[in-house]
Amino acid sequence: MNTFKRTMIGMAVAAAVSIGTAQAQVSDGVIKIGVLSDMSSLYTDLAGAGSVVAAKMAVEDSGIEKRGYKVEMVSADHQNKADVGSAIASKWYDVDKVDVIVDVPNSGVALAVNQITKDKGKAFLVSGAASSDLTGKACSPNTIHWTYDTWMLANGTGGAIVKTGGDTWFFLTADYAFGLALERDTEAVVLKNGGKVLGKVRAPLNTQDFSSFLLQAQASKAKIIGLANAGGDTTNSIKQAAEFGIVKGGQNLAGLLVFLTDIHALGLPTAQGLIVTNTFYWDQNDQSRAFAKRFSALDKGIYPTMVHAGVYSAVTHYLKAVEALKSDDGTKVVAKMKEMPTDDPLFGKGTIRVDGRKIHPAYLVEVKKPAESKGPWDYYKVRTTIPADQAFRPLADGGCPLVK
Amino acid sequence: MEIFGIPTQALFGQLLIGLINGAFYAMLSLGLAVIFGLLNVINFTHGAQYMMGAFCAWFLLEKWGVGYWWSLLLAPLAVGFTGVVIERTMLSRLYKLDHLYGLLLTFGLALIFQGVFTNYYGSSGQPYRLPQEFVGAFNLGFMYLPKYRAWVIVASVFVCASTWFVIERTKLGSYLRAATENPVLVQAFGINVPRMITLTYGFGVALAALAGVMAAPIYQVSPQMGENQIIVVFAVVVIGGMGSILGAIVTGFGLGVVEGLTKVFYPEASNTVVFVIMVIVLLLKPAGLFGKEK
Repeated sequence: MNTFKRTMIGMAVAAAVSIGTAQAQVSDGVIKIGVLSDMSSLYTDLAGAGSVVAAKMAVEDSGIEKRGYKVEMVSADHQNKADVGSAIASKWYDVDKVDVIVDVPNSGVALAVNQITKDKGKAFLVSGAASSDLTGKACSPNTIHWTYDTWMLANGTGGAIVKTGGDTWFFLTADYAFGLALERDTEAVVLKNGGKVLGKVRAPLNTQDFSSFLLQAQASKAKIIGLANAGGDTTNSIKQAAEFGIVKGGQNLAGLLVFLTDIHALGLPTAQGLIVTNTFYWDQNDQSRAFAKRFSALDKGIYPTMVHAGVYSAVTHYLKAVEALKSDDGTKVVAKMKEMPTDDPLFGKGTIRVDGRKIHPAYLVEVKKPAESKGPWDYYKVRTTIPADQAFRPLADGGCPLVK
Repeated sequence: MEIFGIPTQALFGQLLIGLINGAFYAMLSLGLAVIFGLLNVINFTHGAQYMMGAFCAWFLLEKWGVGYWWSLLLAPLAVGFTGVVIERTMLSRLYKLDHLYGLLLTFGLALIFQGVFTNYYGSSGQPYRLPQEFVGAFNLGFMYLPKYRAWVIVASVFVCASTWFVIERTKLGSYLRAATENPVLVQAFGINVPRMITLTYGFGVALAALAGVMAAPIYQVSPQMGENQIIVVFAVVVIGGMGSILGAIVTGFGLGVVEGLTKVFYPEASNTVVFVIMVIVLLLKPAGLFGKEK
C-alpha cells in the first residue's frame, strides 16, 4: 500500500513540477526535494500528504522554475521507524540524487536522518520533529530545525501553566526520543518556576488505551497532567481523560503538543479550554488565510498545521538560498540559509541561528468554546504572543558544538 | 495496604481496566477463532473489519442520525455482509490450497481497506459521541468507572458466552464442528456445507464489527484502530490454542489483565508483554493453552 501510494504521489508531483529547463550549476541539473513523512499512521494528518502539498506550493510560489531551474519532488513513508527512515534517506541521497530532505515528523527518525545528512553533506529541513536535541547536542551544519521544538513547547505551555498556579505535575510521556525530550524540557521549566513533579509514566508510541496510565495520574493527585505525546496519542488520552472524569475531579490536562488537526479530531466540546503553544495559526492575517484556503483544497479539506506551514516556509527559503548561491551543495546551501534573513507570508521575517534553530515568535492560544467558533477549523484565540527572542532556547544553553 | 509499592485500591482499578481491554480482545479473538476453527483461514482482515464496524456506526450516526443501539445491530449486519461477499468471491477458492494463501489474501485485503479509509478520512480519526444513557460514571470507592466501560464488560461476556453456547452446546454447533472434521460426510447427510461455511465467516466478521461499534465511543474512529489490535489478538488466539473458542475467550480476558498490570509495573513493556507470553506458551505447550495436539 505504502509503496504504491508513495509512487503515485511521487509521480504526480514530479510530473506537476518538472517543467523548466536544466540549470548547469545545480547537481545533475535538477534540485531534488524529498519529503519524508508519516504517510500511514498517527502523524499523517498533521504532516503526511499535507507536507507534500505544502512543499509543492512553495516551489510553485517561488517561481524558480520560470527562471530556468528544474525542481523535482519525491515523497515516502518512514512508518515511524528509524531504520525505515534511514534506509530511505540513504537511498535518496546515494541513488536518487535527492538534495534536501524536508519534514520528518517523529524525532527518532529525524535524529537518524540528521546524522545521515551530515555524513553525506546534504541538507535537512526539519518541520515535523520536535526534539530540541536537533539544535542541541545533535546539532549539525547540514540541518535547520524550522517550526517548533520541545524547549519552546515546554516554556510556552508549561511556563504559562506553572505561573497560573499549576505547580504539581504528573507526566504521561510517549516512550521515545520526542516524548522524553519534551518531558525533560518541561520538567526543567516546572522545577525552575518552583513547581514539583509527582510522577511520570511512559506509554509506548501509538497506544490505544490510556485508561491505565490516566488512573495512575489520577492517583498521583497532581494538579496538572502533562501530556508529553502527540497526534493520535494525544487525542486518545484527552478523550479518555474526559471519560474518567479527570478534569471534573479537579485535575487539569496540559497538552504540551497539540496540533490543529488534533483539535479538529477531538471536537470543541472535548477540547475547549486547552492551552496550546503554536508558531502558526491559519487565521492570523490575509496571507495566512489565503494560504489555508488554497492548501485545504489540495489536502482533503484539512487546514494547515504549523508543520505544514513550516514545510512551506522552509522550502521557500531553501530555494532562495540555492538561487543566491547558484548551487545545491547541501553544506553550502545550509550555511547560506543561515546567512540570509528569512521572509515569507506565513512566518514573516525571521532569522536562522548558527545552531540551525529558525527563530520566530510563538503564540500561546486557547481552544475556543463551541459557541465562540464560527465553524470547522475556527478553533483558537491567541492569549499571548511570545516574542521571537524569548520563544526558543538561548543559543548558549543548548550545548551545540557549532556554537563557539 | 500496598502490594509492590502500589496501593491495593489502585490495583483493583487497574485489574478492572485490564478486564475491560480484555473484553475487546476476547470479542475480537472469538471471531478469529471461530473462523480459523471452521474455515482453517487465518483472517488477517479482522482488524480492518473491526475498524469498518466502528466507521459504519459513525456513518449511521453522522449521515442518517441512527443512534448507538441500532448501530449495534446494523453495523455487524452490513460488515458481515461484506464478509459473505469476500468469502463467496475470493476465500472459497483458496480452501484447497495451503493456509498461507488465505493469510496473504486477507492480509492484502486489510491493507486495501485501511488504505482506502486513510485516503478519505485521514489518520486523526472521527469522534463518536457517547450515547446519552452512558454519560457519567459509577464511583466504586477505589476508582471512578465510566458507565460505558461497565457496559462493555457486560455486553462482551454475554456475546462470548452465547457464541460459546451455540457452537459447543447446540445442534447447529454440532453440525459446524462436524463439518470441520469431515465435510464430505456431513454433506452426505444433506447439509449444505459451503453455505454453512459462508455464514460462519460472515458471523465471525460480524463479531469483529460489533467489537468495532462498541469501541467507537471510547477510541477515535480511525482507519488504524484495528491495525495494532489485530497483531495482539492474533497472539491471543495462538496462546489460547488455534481454533479453540473457550481458549480465545479466557485468554482474551486474561491477557487484558496481564497487559493492564504491566502498564502499572513496567509501562514501557506493555505492548510487548503479550508476545513474551506467546513465546513462553509456545515453548511449553505448542498447541496453546486450550488447544488439542494433533
